Amino acid sequence: MQPPIRVLVAKPGLDGHDRGAKVIARALRDAGMEVIYTGLRQTPEMIVNAALQEDVQVIGLSILSGAHNAIVPRVMDLLREKDMTDVKVIVGGTVPGEDAEALKQQGVAAVFQPGASLEAIVDFIRKSVVSTGGHNQG
Amino acid sequence: MSDMAVAEKLHTTISGVPIEPLYAPEQLSGFDPRRDLAVPGEFPYTRGIHQSMYRGRLWTMRQFSGFATPEETNRRYHYLLAQGQTGLSVAFDLPTLMGYDADHALSEGEVGKCGAPISSLEDMEILFRGIPLGDVTVSMTINSPAAVLWAMYLAVAEQQGVAWKAVSGTIQNDILKEYIAQKEYIFPPRPSMRLVTDTIEFGARHTPRFNPISISGYHIREAGSTAVQELAFTLRDGIEYVEWALARGLEIDEFAPRLSFFFNAHSDFFEEIAKYRAARKLWAHTLRERFGARDERSLKLRFHAQTAGCSLTWQQPYNNVVRTAVQALAAVLGGTQSLHTNSLDEAYALPSEQAVTIALRTQQILAHESGVVNTPDPLGGSYFVERLTLDMELAAADYFRRIDDMGGMIAAIEKGFPQREIANASYAYQRAVESKEKLVVGVNAFQSEDQPIELLQIDQTAQERQAGKLAALRARRDNNLVRKSLDALRRAAEGTGNTMPFILDAVRAYATLGEICDAFREVFGSYQETAHI
Repeated sequence: MQPPIRVLVAKPGLDGHDRGAKVIARALRDAGMEVIYTGLRQTPEMIVNAALQEDVQVIGLSILSGAHNAIVPRVMDLLREKDMTDVKVIVGGTVPGEDAEALKQQGVAAVFQPGASLEAIVDFIRKSVVSTGGHNQG
Repeated sequence: MSDMAVAEKLHTTISGVPIEPLYAPEQLSGFDPRRDLAVPGEFPYTRGIHQSMYRGRLWTMRQFSGFATPEETNRRYHYLLAQGQTGLSVAFDLPTLMGYDADHALSEGEVGKCGAPISSLEDMEILFRGIPLGDVTVSMTINSPAAVLWAMYLAVAEQQGVAWKAVSGTIQNDILKEYIAQKEYIFPPRPSMRLVTDTIEFGARHTPRFNPISISGYHIREAGSTAVQELAFTLRDGIEYVEWALARGLEIDEFAPRLSFFFNAHSDFFEEIAKYRAARKLWAHTLRERFGARDERSLKLRFHAQTAGCSLTWQQPYNNVVRTAVQALAAVLGGTQSLHTNSLDEAYALPSEQAVTIALRTQQILAHESGVVNTPDPLGGSYFVERLTLDMELAAADYFRRIDDMGGMIAAIEKGFPQREIANASYAYQRAVESKEKLVVGVNAFQSEDQPIELLQIDQTAQERQAGKLAALRARRDNNLVRKSLDALRRAAEGTGNTMPFILDAVRAYATLGEICDAFREVFGSYQETAHI
């Protein structure tokens, strides 16, 4: 049997609104994934270190403060520096369309805007992790 | 089955409370209009805190606002006042809410994004330039560092020559709901409660027209709670603040009249109206019976309402105008004292001037065209509304008992109890949306292509400009005086006396918000919650 997909749900920046992050974390767990939730106020460095230590295949970033353009590129840079580009990064929150496109060009796998269904997010993660054959399982 | 057929099978409120097919006298057995309702303006104030309600005076139309820089926010305030808004409400950015200056490393990317950046008295002076603080009431949504921002506000009032006794307004200053829901905390619960108690005591002595706290259910609801949880946790927080103030040695009627509340106005129309009515009744009984309050003003629950940000949809954003109008009507029929109506674009960003104008006009239409202001509590006596009000009261009282049994709200928070209750409710609601038991127009039903809307663009140079001003201030001020005032503040924090006079001294010396909060951090430590899913 395939081991469960491992996901880090992270809440970067100063914002404390964690309703979305918690709902997503639960939905992914109910879908059979192993979910690690970082808690609040994580810097990009803390998030990437946690992703490395927890050996996750997916990082989910929840950002509602409008600070996505400052935070996400930094996470992507750190993943490249640490040779972790096989980790899929998905972003959820209030990210306007133009910004979402720009983030995708920087390597973000998907941006889920408000109103996205839990099912769509679960499906996306399943497909994108399967299609790359998973991350160094061991 | 079609979307609508699934939804119509289940008649529950948005909080999941089942609704009977019909409400008639049988549902109100034991209901006594004289005891449960009385008349508006009389105990237990179920029907409102004033005899004539809006016939005497309309609610205050107060749009929450702040962005980019103090200069730009000040321009927006002048615009809103010119449009007929009757009070101001300050939104601070995340660094300010968390007690960091605009030039702090953690402020990177966040300055001016969610509100106005206020790092020093100088910023506060700019924020209220040309606004007479003796005439306009100002509400400030600030919690963990509330005492500091309030001190800055009082210092600006001094500069304008307005006596503190004449200054009227509100600081949110409700730290308990931060641990429960919004999570913008800095210090651990007990030192935080000490700071709140300092402001309540200081207010009772020096600012008789200012509300030193706005005990808030809004954020609890936004975090996903039910209506009952919003009501119960908010009032139970209120009980906690009262107990701390009494333990400080204040008399109940010295400070209780200035406790104010803040509730959400969500989409389930009658459930919301019942919530406000039950809130007034429960608070009046609690203050009289649990705390022995005698002054009528102590018993009257005054509240601000804001329409539900979490109900706004990204899809088909113009529909948000309609949602907001329905929610605002519920708040008015529930007897609110002031109201913020959300703007149609707030699922995306802070509101544009055009969007905030429509939101304000929504209130003006309710006030001047709908006729709902002509008589107090027009729904009083409705079988349905009275039953809902009684059920809301009973369910909240049950939560009070459970939290009392845990040893109070701080103990309950430390156990993660309210946090868990809210997370469960929020997940249950999301599941109901996912399965289409609950329909959200434009999101899981009646989808169509979105019409693009014009959004407010926050000036990207705000951070740089604020940091530049701060650097100049740090060079210009009397740094010896700053150091002395911060040392005195640190010693006051280590002691047990009221810290407000020391905060005021530091603020007047132009010590920054970050410097003052750092002094508190050194003494109190910082708080980290245990993250639960």
